[in-house]
Amino acid sequence: MTTMTAQTTQVYSVFIKATPEQIWDAITNPEFTQKYFYGSLVTVTPETYRGLDAAGADLVTGTVFEYEPPTRLVHGWRALYDPETAVEDDSRVTWEIEAQEGGYSKLTVVHDQLEGAPKTALSVASGWSYVLSGLKTLLETGEPLVG
Amino acid sequence: MDDDRVFKALADPTRRYLLDRLFERDGRTLTELESELEMTRFGVMKHLRVLEDAGLVVSRKQGREKLHYLNPVPIRLIHDRWIDKYTEHRVAALADLKNELEETA
Repeated sequence: MTTMTAQTTQVYSVFIKATPEQIWDAITNPEFTQKYFYGSLVTVTPETYRGLDAAGADLVTGTVFEYEPPTRLVHGWRALYDPETAVEDDSRVTWEIEAQEGGYSKLTVVHDQLEGAPKTALSVASGWSYVLSGLKTLLETGEPLVG
Repeated sequence: MDDDRVFKALADPTRRYLLDRLFERDGRTLTELESELEMTRFGVMKHLRVLEDAGLVVSRKQGREKLHYLNPVPIRLIHDRWIDKYTEHRVAALADLKNELEETA
């Protein structure tokens, strides 16, 4: 685990019992994101993706490239929470939300263009699973993950 | 979505081997994965299908190629649902033991 080089394209996928609109809301509304996204307050406009900590400092910023509620969001990713990742190149995050049968939706997150951001790649490789697991739990139970 | 499928998919050494190969280097084609196994193309396809059905592998098209990616989220969900629950008790038990020993010391 410690010797791994993180992948430059990472794909994460999860089925959530929720509508695409609910998922869209949960990834773009700071009241939701602070409950599962390492406490960060995320705001998304058609131009900018921004994650802030409780004190208002930037954790993540990026330009929004595609903004199609409630099915598709593509934005840049610069991780400012660590001085070592903050100086790396911007990478890209794509959120795809597809309605499925039985009230489920499939959420896929692709984090790519990480060639110029190896430290970011390593940092997010363990983070996304935690974030998506927390998002699923929050939407399905109304409660954040404990611990 | 279905824990049973994840446990069943993981209960096979070839499929765990495939996951480890993807962990080393993600985004591989069937042909690349096949070259690492003493198995027919059809056999590898079958195993990949089981892994995809369990959500442990996600395939994405890139041009003409179909690339396979390891998706760790189902394992994380099992971790959060099962492992945390049981290890918490162990940690709590050790904490109790520590308190008890320190009180009597």
